[in-house]
Amino acid sequence: MAMADSDLLHERAKVPARVDTVTILYFAQLKEAFGRASECFALPQSVETVGGLREYLRTRGGSWETELAPTKPVRVALNQEMAAPAARVSPGDEVAFFPPVTGG
Amino acid sequence: MVRIQSEDFDAGAEIAILRRNNPAVGAISSFIGLVRDVNSGERVSELTLEHYPGMTEKALDEIVDEAKARWDIIEVLVIHRVGVLRPTDQIVLVVVAGAHRGEAFAACEFVMDYLKTKAPFWKKEQTPAGSRWVESRSSDDAAAERWTR
Repeated sequence: MAMADSDLLHERAKVPARVDTVTILYFAQLKEAFGRASECFALPQSVETVGGLREYLRTRGGSWETELAPTKPVRVALNQEMAAPAARVSPGDEVAFFPPVTGG
Repeated sequence: MVRIQSEDFDAGAEIAILRRNNPAVGAISSFIGLVRDVNSGERVSELTLEHYPGMTEKALDEIVDEAKARWDIIEVLVIHRVGVLRPTDQIVLVVVAGAHRGEAFAACEFVMDYLKTKAPFWKKEQTPAGSRWVESRSSDDAAAERWTR
């Protein structure tokens, strides 16, 4: 017999809420300014793109607001590929923020 | 072939390995980047190189693949060091083996130009005034840009 919708909801409620997270990595100046190399971040419903994530992180204020300001030459990689601000971010993704590269 | 390592490298030994048992190789060009003791008018006592494990290897692999697609070359080797380095230390080695010099020279320059603008590495310098992150140069962007024309 098919389970009623209300029963199905009840079943789901027993399972611990699984938060949809992304891994965020920071390199070079950004790592130092934020005092962290990485974090596990619960993706808010409102954040759909890497550009949106950058804007959301700015709301933390302080160095987050200044270092990730639109005037700063911050680069973004999504799952280890360079990404444009419009690139869509999904749970499980790895997003990295860093300054222009200076190797060689 | 791409390697990222903290240890130093021996360019002669690496070249010997590349040409060994490969009679098709008629030309090898190579580039070595070194730590200088001065940058932007300041003495540099130490250089720390940071990278993005995973992405850096992928980016270098893509650059090597792109070079092999553009030129008729046989093998490319890139070794880039990370960690703390001092003036006169070697930073990077690029070796291109091909049949003829023209393609080997061009591919070697292309790999370095792309590495400097696309591979995730960052340099931090220790100077008498303290430490500072090296800023990217527009001349490096211009050097990479000319390969797209």
